[in-house]
Amino acid sequence: MNPKREFTCINCPLSCTVTVSPGEAGLTVSGHECRRGEEYALQEYTDPRRVLTGTVAVDGAALPRLPVKTDGPIPKTLVREAAAALSRIKVRAPVRCGEIIVANFAGSGSNLVATRDLGPDLDL
Amino acid sequence: MINTQQNPELAVIGGGPAGLAAAAAAYDAGCKNILLLERDRELGGILNQCVHDGFGNFIFGASMTGPEYAHRFVREVRRRPGIKLLTGTMVLSLSPERRLTAANPEGLLTLQPEAVILAMGCRERSRFQVLLPGYRPAGVYTAGAVQRLINMEGVMPGERIVILGSGDIGLIMARRLTLEGARVLGVFEIAPRPGGLTRNVVQCLDDFSIPLYLSHTVTFLHGKKRLEGVNVAPVDEKGRPQSGAERFIPCDTLILSVGLIPENELTRQAGIPLDPATGGPVVDQDMATSVPGFFACGNVVHVHDLVDYVTLTAQRAGRGAARYLRNRKTGGEARVMAGEGIAYVVPQRLSLPADEAVDLYFRVQAEQREVRLQALHRGTVLAQKKERMVRPPEMLRLTLDPSRLSGLAGGDTIEVTLKGEAVHESKA
Ligand code: SF4
Repeated sequence: MNPKREFTCINCPLSCTVTVSPGEAGLTVSGHECRRGEEYALQEYTDPRRVLTGTVAVDGAALPRLPVKTDGPIPKTLVREAAAALSRIKVRAPVRCGEIIVANFAGSGSNLVATRDLGPDLDL
Repeated sequence: MINTQQNPELAVIGGGPAGLAAAAAAYDAGCKNILLLERDRELGGILNQCVHDGFGNFIFGASMTGPEYAHRFVREVRRRPGIKLLTGTMVLSLSPERRLTAANPEGLLTLQPEAVILAMGCRERSRFQVLLPGYRPAGVYTAGAVQRLINMEGVMPGERIVILGSGDIGLIMARRLTLEGARVLGVFEIAPRPGGLTRNVVQCLDDFSIPLYLSHTVTFLHGKKRLEGVNVAPVDEKGRPQSGAERFIPCDTLILSVGLIPENELTRQAGIPLDPATGGPVVDQDMATSVPGFFACGNVVHVHDLVDYVTLTAQRAGRGAARYLRNRKTGGEARVMAGEGIAYVVPQRLSLPADEAVDLYFRVQAEQREVRLQALHRGTVLAQKKERMVRPPEMLRLTLDPSRLSGLAGGDTIEVTLKGEAVHESKA
């Protein structure tokens, strides 16, 4: 059985420490002062996800780096590997904000998309 | 060479989130001859280098990255033909009579707009403002400089990193550097509490097991050419390093995230009074400064934690400037004061009549649980709310309904106060 774990709820400044403990009857949550904390901690315990943001190399553009993100939150366990994969990507300008750079990025089920317009001049 | 640029009705200084939203709002409120001046090569300001997400939750109900948020407003501005955009243009001087001098590759530019919106943003506190002893080696950066290097120029500043200060940009760069393969050895914060938002402490440090040392500071920089390491030490309640408790951490890069200061060189030149509590100009609910014709918005006025609030107050400034160009309020003014437990309130004054809802933005002096926040006028509560927890890094807001403001007279005072909720209940 998984051990019990503590999370700091990030949904309001109170920053409750919420504990999730596995037991016979399933998961027990304690320490939260409202429902948002319970939902947050359960999500963090069972399937924590993050949107990965970063940059990739770009050729033929006014800047050497193009900012990108995953278009949905990806499993937290994939974040480091996916971030490392960004350094192996190179695209060619022009690129449009929202354009898909890699579909199903790093097997995450989310696409890697550009988060700005970038062309040879800064006034694309 | 002297530039021949037509005098605009309204000049907006700064093309970041504040200037963009202000220009679009002024246009929509009837001012069709606007010139926006931006010193960088492109519009968007600091958002262009903030490639992380978390922007726009409040206004758009969606988490966007900085460039995406900027993009939306750049598009809005470009769609309005009466807004002329001049990038690569730096405003050099500004007089109280609104004489504005700027320079760009084409030459000098002199303008005489009827109204000016100040939207220059803020800048970072540097090493010299926190008085770090030691040598002056390469490898010491501010967090924003590192953000620009990595995200826009594709340059890694170093491999073994120490971060001084736990402001939001420092926390975000701790994560960014880690994901780029650097080792962040720790974040050292002189205060007993983090300077940034909890969300950033959790998602940028805890997620990557980066240690946060509260009540600690950097006491010495080693290395003649390149940084070779820093001394760190715990501090006492007054922030003084404890002697004998120093330890040496070998590192090649020190990043400072020790606060932001509103950028008000031009504001001072124009003779506009500043509020010592915010570091920015004193403004009314339309973001009008105390000198007629000058408006201000965004981080020039006070440093915001969320860009969403920058956008909202900038829109207010834009509408205010457009209205000023048509007709002026003459009903006197009321003062807004930071009362018990409150560090500052913006706006600092209300021009009367106050016929629209007014948002008061403020910060508390210290962290506290279970509080009631109130805006009071002669003992009457104009607006109030309860909060389970308030912290200085998180900006707070109270909205005053116009129906409650009709009784205000020139010279009146509105006070924002914080009261412990438990105390309040026992009295009731
Ligand atoms: S559990 Fe509720 S009260 Fe506690 S931090 Fe989360 S959102 Fe705030």
